[in-house]
Amino acid sequence: MDFSFTDEQSMLRDSVAGYLADHYDFDARRAAIKSADGWRPQVWKAFAEELGILGASFSEEHGGLGGGVTDVMVVMEEFGKALVVEPYLGTVVIAGGFLTHGAPSGAGELIGQIIEGKATFAFASAEPQGRYTLSDLKTTARKQGVGYVLNGHKAVVIGAPWASHLIVTARTGGAQRDARGVSVFIVDKNAVGVSTRDYPTVDGRRASEVTFENVSVAAEAMIGPEGEALPLVERVVDEAIAATCAESLGVLRRLHEGTLAYTKERKQFGVPIASFQVLQHRMVDMFIQLEQSISMTYMAHVKLGENDVERAKGVSAAKVQIGRACRFVGQNAIQLHGGMGMTDEMAIGHYFKRATMIEGEFGSVDHHLRRYEALSLDRAA
Amino acid sequence: MDLDFSAEDKVFREEVRGFLTQNYPAELRAKQQNEEALTKEDYFSWHRILAKKGWAAPAWPVEWGGTAWSPTQKYIWSEELAKAEALPVLPFGVTMVAPVIYTFGTEEQKARFLPGIRDGIEWWCQGYSEPGAGSDLASLKTKAERIQGDDGKEYYLVNGQKTWTTLAQHADWGFFLVRTDPTAKPQAGISFLLIDMKSPGISVRPIITLEGGHEVNDVFLDNVKVPVENRIFHENQGWTCAKSLLLHERSGIAGVARSKRGLERLRQMARSELADDAGTLLADPFFKRKVAELEIDLTALEYTELRTLAGESAGKGPGPESSILKIKGTEIQQRLTELTLEAAGHYGAPYLRNVPHNLGAVGPDDAHGVAGAYFNVRKTSIYGGSNEIQRNIIAKVVLGI
Repeated sequence: MDFSFTDEQSMLRDSVAGYLADHYDFDARRAAIKSADGWRPQVWKAFAEELGILGASFSEEHGGLGGGVTDVMVVMEEFGKALVVEPYLGTVVIAGGFLTHGAPSGAGELIGQIIEGKATFAFASAEPQGRYTLSDLKTTARKQGVGYVLNGHKAVVIGAPWASHLIVTARTGGAQRDARGVSVFIVDKNAVGVSTRDYPTVDGRRASEVTFENVSVAAEAMIGPEGEALPLVERVVDEAIAATCAESLGVLRRLHEGTLAYTKERKQFGVPIASFQVLQHRMVDMFIQLEQSISMTYMAHVKLGENDVERAKGVSAAKVQIGRACRFVGQNAIQLHGGMGMTDEMAIGHYFKRATMIEGEFGSVDHHLRRYEALSLDRAA
Repeated sequence: MDLDFSAEDKVFREEVRGFLTQNYPAELRAKQQNEEALTKEDYFSWHRILAKKGWAAPAWPVEWGGTAWSPTQKYIWSEELAKAEALPVLPFGVTMVAPVIYTFGTEEQKARFLPGIRDGIEWWCQGYSEPGAGSDLASLKTKAERIQGDDGKEYYLVNGQKTWTTLAQHADWGFFLVRTDPTAKPQAGISFLLIDMKSPGISVRPIITLEGGHEVNDVFLDNVKVPVENRIFHENQGWTCAKSLLLHERSGIAGVARSKRGLERLRQMARSELADDAGTLLADPFFKRKVAELEIDLTALEYTELRTLAGESAGKGPGPESSILKIKGTEIQQRLTELTLEAAGHYGAPYLRNVPHNLGAVGPDDAHGVAGAYFNVRKTSIYGGSNEIQRNIIAKVVLGI
């Protein structure tokens, strides 16, 4: 049994951490998220060219470094520590996952563009009515000639304002919630009929409501088997969840460390408030939540390579732990900072906001508890 | 034991309800519904309608404009205000400084300040917390030294910084705790001063909170001259005023009626949102259970508050038990926003502050601003004596440990 990282992975961590320390401190991030664009294309360029992290996880045959999900985990944790907003998850993890596992024609070329930092992706999956059910789709893809025509509305598509391409789930058959009939398409965001309403999100990102009105795509735009792509979607989303768990570790570490440092320094009644037992126990509980989250994130990454059921169980279990930890650690970090925790000028509140959004991303605690129950308990009953 | 409202109380409830229906300004309601930022004039317009009716300061002594309502009637009043989603009268004047003035002030002070508070003419803010004095309020450092003015009158020269001062950007007056005797024990050297916020030397700097709002401020006092006659009660005995005020602050803090209204809204939202299984969220066993638990928690708080009220009717003032109301009341408000954010699903994420939602909706209306509300109410377990401090009070004063 070995939970340690290889020398290459440690070097990757150090180089990402070093770059972010120099270019992504709190003030630099704040200026970027308040700018008109909301992100920094030059940072993205540095990820591609200076750090080479956009290709780290892809296989060598695709021009990557073959680092796989562990490299993603290392990168995402560092991104969590710096609250990076650039669309690594949508581009490398999600689009990269679809292109790798779905292997559509032209995948190699698109992966090349991702690695070079030239193509950015957003995942247009959720719909206004669908909550967290991946197969709940009103968006349709109707066959027309050799291609398809898309119509529908996708909700809160994270990173869409920055994307050159969208990965879109749509129905080629079946009823609104059927497992069968789900297909996946790559859509150029500039295609005729794609319109977006862009807005910021509470955690400093950008997102869009995306509507498709008679958007024509070629047959080659489809990823995976027509009407049978739900298992592929579930697999890629599980990988995205594992990556988000890794990101949360960075967020949780900062929340915990920041609180510990603040309470040691802040004096009331003539002593550091960290000397009060009631606060000590709270911080111990925050620490336990962090440790349990680290364990579950590692577990989930190990399970990504197993069969569909084991993978889904592992990932859902991890997301339940992370969802709870994000709430407990986030809320108590604010509480122990007192009024200071409520201010926009201190970093702690920004970590809290990101932690709060992670709770709901790709499914709430309730959603993943239910998924876990179905896979682990209902099957055995 | 009789938990029913009397026939008289029921008539009173009808009267209140009718008054609110007929008199609440429609333009104010529209602004609230669109979540537009409210101005000083918005707050005062409603306050003045209440003042005209004689209902702006129900708890005051009758001679200064109080209503002599029974505790039950006051309870009905706050319940109906919440049901009508009427703006509350801001507490800083009517429920915080005024009781200090009419309890400890001179006749001249009462005559000078109480009418302006009651009638919504002067806006008040609270200068208590300092950067180094939060939970440990008695360690405050803002100092006031006696000086003789050029006019031969006596003044306090005040220097220091206050923080978390709610809505100080609108304030005409502030009530401040200042140190008048640096050599005495912390609580013993404090005085309670009323300071004209237009005095030279006062500057107010906004603090933006994490949801993006501007409610609180830093207030800097740089050689501010305050006439000695603006001190309430004796010099160095301001802590007595401060303590009595903190009790008043806590008794209104349970917020039962507003949480009830919030629960209704949550139920309504959960009836239109769909769960994972395509049924309504309110029919979802996981979510339904959480709403039921919250309702039960709120019912317990409501009856605890009613017991406190009954004690007050029997002549007992609000005591340290009111810390229970503060702790549970704020926990419930926070839980309510947690569940509302969960109910919003993906549409909790958009940040549309200051973008009127009628310019093009993003998600359902009832999801608008729910994350901001969740972030904002984290303050409730911090302010007014943090919930940790409230537990210390109960441990020490009620349990005797």
